[in-house]
Amino acid sequence: MADNLETTVAFWYLAIAAVGAGVLMLASRNPVHAAISLVIVIFHVAGLFVILGAGFLAVAQIAIYAGAIVVLFLFTLMMLDMRRLPEERVTHRQIWLGIPLGILLAIEAVVVSVGTPEISESIKGAFPPATVSELGGSTQALAVALFNEFTLPFLGASVLLTAATIGAIVLARRIEVHEQADYPQARPGSSDEAAADQSSAAAPVLEESAR
Amino acid sequence: MMLNGFLVVGALLFALGATGVLIRRNAIVMLMCIELMLQGANVTLAAFSRYLDDQAGFVLVVFSLTVAAAEVAIGLAILVALSRVNPVVNVDQLDSLSG
Repeated sequence: MADNLETTVAFWYLAIAAVGAGVLMLASRNPVHAAISLVIVIFHVAGLFVILGAGFLAVAQIAIYAGAIVVLFLFTLMMLDMRRLPEERVTHRQIWLGIPLGILLAIEAVVVSVGTPEISESIKGAFPPATVSELGGSTQALAVALFNEFTLPFLGASVLLTAATIGAIVLARRIEVHEQADYPQARPGSSDEAAADQSSAAAPVLEESAR
Repeated sequence: MMLNGFLVVGALLFALGATGVLIRRNAIVMLMCIELMLQGANVTLAAFSRYLDDQAGFVLVVFSLTVAAAEVAIGLAILVALSRVNPVVNVDQLDSLSG
């Protein structure tokens, strides 16, 4: 994409809005406002992806981040019921170290970014714009890379998502431990038969609590 | 050159996220700040991918989205499980493991 006037104007708007919404997110006292600011950041970063010629990533960004992740945040905020929780303190001692360190990190990263040299032709990859348009567009080019060179990581990602789903279900399941449910292994002096009897007696209670 | 502009945006978003993790004490907002850091990394990856004529960065952004979704699911599940035992979200008060 040529660096024409429209692209430059859109880039500056999206960049300033994304960073501004990020600042707003840190400054907002209410976690729900922080989540809304995160949505604004996500939409403007999706716009940056469009400028970079990655339409699929922009759509995936909006669908996954704004559509799933932020909604998950908002649901958790609703479930935890922030009004009944103690207020976050306005100032604490870490803020006086955290803000200078953050500014230092920002300056450092910006200096490195500005100093990035021009990209020479010799290190360019296998997908110049001509090849991308020959394949039918940026989404097709992404698919060619994803399903040829990166097939194994793609399958690994599915395993990761499965593990995360199972982990989230197991972690968030409500486990009620009944007071009368004695765990057999907690008795040091008991014989094996007595432990077996106790476990068979405790099993229905545990089954009930797991439901 | 446009590449430097995108890199600066990515760097600023990452620094904002890191600052947020340092200065905010609400566990949920800290998770959101980690998402902000991932956004900064995604912008950098996509910009390099575009200007290097390579698709690897875009593919990495796809994986980054996947990992972010998994991370948020697990993080929020831990918070929900934690809130049953100890209903606070201030991470300064979650110190029962610190001996």
